Amino acid sequence: MKKIIIALALLALPGLTLASGDGGYSLAKAPIDPHDKASLQRGAKLFVNYCMGCHSLDYQRYNRLGRDIGLTDEQVKDNLIFTGAKVGDTMKNAMPKADAKRWFGVTPPDLTVIARSRGVDYLYNYLQTFYLDPTRPFGVNNAVFPNAGMPHVLWELQGMQKPIYAMHKDAAGTEVKVLKGFELVQPGSMSPPEYKEATADLTNFLAYVGEPIKLERQRIGIWVLLFLALATVVFYLLKKEYWKDVH
Amino acid sequence: MANTQGTTGLVGWIDERFPLTKMMREHLTEYYAPKNFNFWYFFGGLAILVLVNQILTGIWLTMNYKPAAADAFASVEYIMRDVDWGWLLRYMHSTGASAFFIVVYLHMFRALLYGSYKKPRELIWIFGVVIFLCLMAEAFMGYLLPWGQMSFWGAQVIINLFSAIPVIGPDLSVWIRGDYVVSDVTLNRFFSLHVIALPLVLLGLVVAHIIALHEVGSNNPDGVEIKKVKGKDGKPLDGIPFHPYYTVKDLLGAMVFLIFFALIIFFMPEMGGYFLEHPNFDPADPMKTPPHIAPVWYFTPFYAILRAVPSFAGTQVWGVLAMGGAIVMLFFLPWLDRSPVKSIRYRGLAFKLALTAFVISFLILGYLGALPTTPERTTLAQICSIIYFAFFFALPILPAIEKTKPVPERVTK
Repeated sequence: MKKIIIALALLALPGLTLASGDGGYSLAKAPIDPHDKASLQRGAKLFVNYCMGCHSLDYQRYNRLGRDIGLTDEQVKDNLIFTGAKVGDTMKNAMPKADAKRWFGVTPPDLTVIARSRGVDYLYNYLQTFYLDPTRPFGVNNAVFPNAGMPHVLWELQGMQKPIYAMHKDAAGTEVKVLKGFELVQPGSMSPPEYKEATADLTNFLAYVGEPIKLERQRIGIWVLLFLALATVVFYLLKKEYWKDVH
Repeated sequence: MANTQGTTGLVGWIDERFPLTKMMREHLTEYYAPKNFNFWYFFGGLAILVLVNQILTGIWLTMNYKPAAADAFASVEYIMRDVDWGWLLRYMHSTGASAFFIVVYLHMFRALLYGSYKKPRELIWIFGVVIFLCLMAEAFMGYLLPWGQMSFWGAQVIINLFSAIPVIGPDLSVWIRGDYVVSDVTLNRFFSLHVIALPLVLLGLVVAHIIALHEVGSNNPDGVEIKKVKGKDGKPLDGIPFHPYYTVKDLLGAMVFLIFFALIIFFMPEMGGYFLEHPNFDPADPMKTPPHIAPVWYFTPFYAILRAVPSFAGTQVWGVLAMGGAIVMLFFLPWLDRSPVKSIRYRGLAFKLALTAFVISFLILGYLGALPTTPERTTLAQICSIIYFAFFFALPILPAIEKTKPVPERVTK
């Protein structure tokens, strides 16, 4: 009985996390690799060029970013800093928050820890599923985040796509319109596979920014576990020695 | 000059002025513990280890945390990024909070298994339940400090429970918050309570818990009193000195615990969103209610009981009463359980079934409390809540129908 209870207690803990976005759109897995520094550099470049006009990374320092993704301070200054910031500053943007609220209806959120709150799969799919919707203020909607307030800022890379719907009977037997996929109606400067890779790079970058210490933490963790395993052996032998005379 | 302990030198000098050796003997080297402690007896010591972890990491986190609505979220990210080893302190503290509840729940389950709350250990149990209550308050207030969306809305929901109390409720909830909504004022006072008031109370209670334990001596998996059978030297035949026997054994237990602890800290600090909830990485926004507000996992069984009770007579206070009652019942446990047999080893099938049903219903409630409600889930939560309370009400009746086994005179291997 004890074993069953322990097993139940362990099973109940690490439950499944969100597998779909707000819109019920099923999310493809983001093919990201935190060790891939070239991908992180491409992601950083995309971020400062396309995202940072509106979104800040208030808690991420430029020089820390450079150090972690393999760029010198000089390279960071030349390639990533367009705001006149110092290399030791955090990655703030120039857009006043009050104006932003007036222009977009909401203040574009700071994205430092967005990968930790939404998950990387959400971001990866969000960046790919903007589609034409004339009812929205910016003419686009999003499959992962329905009625998102954000325009499709990467449209010149991806192009514009229109939604393809299929009719589907739900459990109650009524016909419902389900988003099946997209059709590219205006090509962008990137081919679809290139664009997917670009969004993976951007997602990889945001995942890094969410927790810059992640790789270091795992590296240290191995040593900590090895030390504890050794200590366990030592204390096991010590206990056995002391308990020899307990019958 | 000699003293009663027969010590000389520096220790002798101290012993003439302070009961150092006397205390060492009473609580460690001549505190006799039963020799048959099993796996379940690790968790009391582990709870102390986690308490020390929380206090030490808490002190260093406090050096960089800023308890203000405008700065709190940013200061936590500052700790995670710019403070040397700040990320480790924060993960040790956040994982420690969950670990505290895991070891305390297992520690309490041990008491249920072996009847450790029964005479003469009623006060140990009561101090323990007060510690559990205090720990819940401590965790609840600590959870507001990162000032994320779940911090804010979780606190909002729980404090609003008090407003369901008739007549004084609304004023009471305003008094707790210090404002009409959870705000900077609330954060400041929760910080004060979290880092000073509650830890002080908690430490005092832990000392009382241990003093009461050492006064009567530990129970054991056989539920027999080792003090009843003493050798010629007046020492219990089934007892061994706590130090060195249990200090070395607990050290081994601590190492195994730390392996699991380190696995979480270094490889899965969010624990799939259970130890650090994903929405809590969004800064608190009083204008934006999250679609689903769930308390952290260690509160979910009680939250599920709260939601399972429907409102009637125009008030929702019944759910709040049920939730409070679920904890209050624990205080009465030593007097509700009237069986003369302590350990589950010698109790009858009726008790074993009742305890199994109780534990399973508690786990299901914990699972349901983390999910949004549906009519089916509410029905299941209601059934489990009834089983939870039925366990306590069945305890006085059980001895009448239960066939217990004879309890041995001495502990078994």
